[in-house]
Amino acid sequence: MVDPQLTPQGKLRHLLTLDGLPAAMLRQILDTAESFMDVGERDVKKVPLLRGKSIFNLFFEPSTRTRTTFEIAAKRLSADVVNLNIATSSQTKGETILDTVANLTAMHADMFIVRHGQSGAAHFIARHVAPHISVINAGDGRHAHPTQGLLDMFTIRRYKGGFQNLRVAVVGDVLHSRVARSQISALTTLGVPEVRVVAPKTLLPPGVEQLGVHLFYDMREGIRDCDVIIMLRLQNERMKGARLPSAHEYFKQYGLTAAKLARAKPDAIVMHPGPMNRGVEIDSEVADGPQSVILPQVTYGIAVRMAVMAMLAGGGGD
Amino acid sequence: MKIHIKNGRLVDPKNAHDGRADLYLAAGKIVGVGEAPADFHANRVIDAAGCVVCPGLVDLSVRLREPGYEYKATLESEMLAAAAGGVTSLACPPDTDPPLDEPGLTEMLKFRARNLPGPRVYPIGAMTQKLEGTRLTEMAELNEAGCLAFSQADVALTDSQVLLRAMEYAATFDYSLWLRPQDAFLSRGGVAHDGPVAARLGLPGIPTLAETVALSTILLLARETGVRVHLRRLSARESIAMVRAAKLQGVRVSCDTTIQNLHLSEMDLLGFDSHYHLQPPLRSLADRDALREALKDGSIDALCSDHTPLDEDDKQMPFGESAPGASAVELLLPLALKWAREMAVPLSQALDLVTWKPAQVLGIDAGHLSLGAPADLCVFDPEAEWTVSPALLRSQGKNTPFLGQRLQGRVRYTVIDGHLDYEA
Repeated sequence: MVDPQLTPQGKLRHLLTLDGLPAAMLRQILDTAESFMDVGERDVKKVPLLRGKSIFNLFFEPSTRTRTTFEIAAKRLSADVVNLNIATSSQTKGETILDTVANLTAMHADMFIVRHGQSGAAHFIARHVAPHISVINAGDGRHAHPTQGLLDMFTIRRYKGGFQNLRVAVVGDVLHSRVARSQISALTTLGVPEVRVVAPKTLLPPGVEQLGVHLFYDMREGIRDCDVIIMLRLQNERMKGARLPSAHEYFKQYGLTAAKLARAKPDAIVMHPGPMNRGVEIDSEVADGPQSVILPQVTYGIAVRMAVMAMLAGGGGD
Repeated sequence: MKIHIKNGRLVDPKNAHDGRADLYLAAGKIVGVGEAPADFHANRVIDAAGCVVCPGLVDLSVRLREPGYEYKATLESEMLAAAAGGVTSLACPPDTDPPLDEPGLTEMLKFRARNLPGPRVYPIGAMTQKLEGTRLTEMAELNEAGCLAFSQADVALTDSQVLLRAMEYAATFDYSLWLRPQDAFLSRGGVAHDGPVAARLGLPGIPTLAETVALSTILLLARETGVRVHLRRLSARESIAMVRAAKLQGVRVSCDTTIQNLHLSEMDLLGFDSHYHLQPPLRSLADRDALREALKDGSIDALCSDHTPLDEDDKQMPFGESAPGASAVELLLPLALKWAREMAVPLSQALDLVTWKPAQVLGIDAGHLSLGAPADLCVFDPEAEWTVSPALLRSQGKNTPFLGQRLQGRVRYTVIDGHLDYEA
């Protein structure tokens, strides 16, 4: 099957998922992001790469952090940014996604950044946009959140220097997590020798081993001797759907505490895609502790998103 | 109208006939096989050289969308599509709006269908009122109005006591129940087979257990009540083994599967194309292969299209929001032929699964070319290749996952009740 996110020449046309992207391309994005790292530290935080381009943030599902970092990234590249919270506007009036896309195309959009509650929504929009428009998936259902996956790889590379000798544990609600799918895909592509998944059976998709991960039900075992621990957000709905009895019991079994963290390597880093539920999946002591890199993740997110946008617009990474 | 079909290869699975023979039709009946009756003067001679002449196809699951869903398709468009697919008899499930739960509605549907060109229409009556799964319909009244069997269509029946009562009541009159095994709770929220592809794509899953748990309930209750049950659209390997075992125990059960489940699998979902959003979901390659084998060894009794025409907007959505189903009645024959070629199955065996065998399931005198039988038949060119495209489909629904595929086998003529209802 043809990968819809690559041009016939193998360049990035859309960013919909990390699944199937070659390691060289992932590294190229991370390298490009590295080159944008100093832009945020200048007095004039702008480069003119996307001057005159119109970027639409199409959020069919509410989000603050992701939308904001995309907006900042686009503005640092000198693009014009329009934010549309469609969850609260025309979709509720019965306009279809394709109508929305057609209308924005008529307003001379160059790039859509899409968040949607349905897996595959970004693929769907990418299939229907005009040839000059690029689509960036900012999270679709449970499927993928590629820029989050990339910024996590960027963070790991910064703190660990590479991927070759690492043991990484992803802990929590993998079943419902688009972040986890993008992370697992990137970690395995970039050659991490041991990717672990730690969760109760009710929060794991069937056949998850086929994604190339080792399964652990016991968190104390699962994070033992790990270099990187990635905590996933647990939503309250999971208690209603009979997947878990209570947040209290979940925290006891799978919440990251200082005591559990002591089982990992002494220099292990702790990551979280945010927003955090303190006292549910992570203890404040750890979230704010010396091994936490949760805030740097947010900072790096801007550089990574700049890199992706620049490469899609053809302005960077060549 | 007297028709003489000459020079064709006559394939009649029921009568184990496969060879060159002419066919003579008059007054809606087959009046001559191989030789003309005395004083036969044809009004129309069809030269079927290079073509196969076979019984008209009997499709056990075709949605005609009337009453209630005329914006998706009309009786007229779908009857024409069925005729163009070589189908001369079809059963339509009761999931119309309102559902077929009253004699008046079925009589009206039959009356409307009779006055249009196209196949004979056999409505399947609703098993419970409004398909709500609480009160039984007037099965005897519906039977008098023309319902040969009763079904919940795709609406799950969660109350197993109601299912037991429906079986007991149907068994009283020896009516057949057509059930699709799917547990409402285990399939809740799911849109794809709960396997590695859904895990990768983040699509909510429908586990095989949703089918086998419901199937196990149906088989146990059927054994207890002695009712005749036809299982619609099986999708999983394990289901086949369960049905096989039940048949050996003497449970009066038959089953079918669809051309979609026979040729496609979960692997086809990888591009998120909503045309592959189907019910039952496309399962693993192992499941698909088991269905292909089971059809060959006779464990599955019939092949159907499960024709579900949708309007464009139903599919122009992200996978999980799109409506499930495929427009398929025109592809039943070429996809049966494709399976036969790929599995090295004789043509006659493949045609048996879309003619005589489904006619037995439905309990109608159709699907064979015996002397004196109804003149329902299909003439097709087995070599003709064509590419599935919206323009070539006569159905109002263009929603098929086979768009763009090269298929072999094209219907040239369809005769229904002695009338030439379709001519390519």
